[in-house]
Amino acid sequence: MQNEEFWMSWLFENFDLVASLTLNHAALSFTPIFLGFVIALVLGWTANRWLLFRSWIIAGGSILYTIPSLPLFVILPYLLGTRITDERNIIVALTIYALAILIRTVADAFAAVPTDAIEASRAIGYSSWNRFWHVEFPLAGPVLLAGLRVVSASTIALVSVGAIIGSANLGYLFTNGKQRDFLDMILIGIGASFLIALVFDIVLVLLGRVLMPWNKRTSLITNGRRILSTKGA
Amino acid sequence: MAFLLELTLYLLPTSRFARLARKVGADMIEFQNVTKRFPDGSFAVKDFSLVVPSRKVTVFVGSSGAGKTTLLRMINRMVNPTSGKVLIDGEDVAELDPVALRRKIGYVLQATGLLPHRRIIDNVSSVPRLNGVPKKKAREDALTLLDTVGLDRSLADRYPDQLSGGQQQRVGVARALASDPNIMLMDEPFGAVDPIVRLELQEEINRLQRELHKTMVFVTHNIDEAFAIADQVVILKSGGEIAQVGTPEEILSKPVDDFVSTFIGADKGKRTLHLKQGEDGVTVIVDDEGRPAGILGDAE
Repeated sequence: MQNEEFWMSWLFENFDLVASLTLNHAALSFTPIFLGFVIALVLGWTANRWLLFRSWIIAGGSILYTIPSLPLFVILPYLLGTRITDERNIIVALTIYALAILIRTVADAFAAVPTDAIEASRAIGYSSWNRFWHVEFPLAGPVLLAGLRVVSASTIALVSVGAIIGSANLGYLFTNGKQRDFLDMILIGIGASFLIALVFDIVLVLLGRVLMPWNKRTSLITNGRRILSTKGA
Repeated sequence: MAFLLELTLYLLPTSRFARLARKVGADMIEFQNVTKRFPDGSFAVKDFSLVVPSRKVTVFVGSSGAGKTTLLRMINRMVNPTSGKVLIDGEDVAELDPVALRRKIGYVLQATGLLPHRRIIDNVSSVPRLNGVPKKKAREDALTLLDTVGLDRSLADRYPDQLSGGQQQRVGVARALASDPNIMLMDEPFGAVDPIVRLELQEEINRLQRELHKTMVFVTHNIDEAFAIADQVVILKSGGEIAQVGTPEEILSKPVDDFVSTFIGADKGKRTLHLKQGEDGVTVIVDDEGRPAGILGDAE
């Protein structure tokens, strides 16, 4: 009980700090998720369209994922010519990881679009451009969304690694809490990080509901229990 | 009259009459020595020539591998011939932009090919929307088309998987009619629906054709379906070789060879019917094997 009151008072006194770290954490997470998605969309679609590139692109994606995160944060400033504390390093690093996860998912999402629908749209006069926007992209949507939800959670978790190069995000609570041997600080950081992940996920699911009204598979609530999942995907 | 126009068009493809005919939209399709060869060297279609008369229903019928779907898909350039030409009103389709060409030709597929993420009304208005028709107008037209194909307007806001197979096929037909094409291509459209619905849909096609007079090319492997809807039946052997071309009456009365006789079931006497006096004064019609085929009604 004593302990519980203590972390609450600490949070109350340092609320501004935690809030600003949380907001910055969320902002830092958003950009790599978005950039990773857009780039993966182009690469994944290409991989699916031209089978020649498929194995190269997908293998490339897998290799990206094997790069250890710590050295990447350290090496990137040299590669990009940025200062070590520049947050662009974190954005680039996390975009690479988002890409690594998403490329295969995007390629699979486009491969899973029913060929009947693609063939029929070609036969009635959709150009390739129209076909992408009106047929392939929306029909790949449910699988793309499932991939985005995974990337969203993993990126939000990874952002905290950026604290070791001085980024002001929730990772600061982990490094500082560790140095001061202050477990409550770490737990508050984890809680805030989880909150961001939850908000991002809810936003993604709601976006999916609005943009894909025909798709009834993505749900927050299943069988009356609140769980975060995509059935069957 | 229409026949004379077509004949002139056929004999004098570059004449003044041909240009005139083109203006009024005769929509005659002509295959000239068309060959489609696969990369492995086998032929889907070999040296195929045929005139598909305008405003009539032509049915390609044959077993799998007869090249009927390949021939159909050459008309809207879904397949390009290895050699030979496909002409629409004397114009080589190879010289036309495929996307523009396809939007002017209605296309109905066996698998319906409806877009699963779009409501029925939006599926029907797909092509007009691509052509830049305003959404409101396109949707109004789509509702009228649902009436035309015998679907209730209350289905307009449903998604394709909420409809029965037969209803989906009607939507497919409505979508093909949406840009008011002169040519309709039907690729085994009723192959996946049950026999009763299939008969209904065939009757629907006959009714639509009486009202709309399209140049229709219909592919099926079912000879009864071919006889039910065709003005001109084209029976194909493998590789797109024509076994016989003619009206259903001509083919039934004068099959040219054993292949055709077997194909239409004449060899087994399925097509030779006899009268048999049944009970209660009803005259039953039976085939050569004694299987009842129907009863004799009063002539109108």
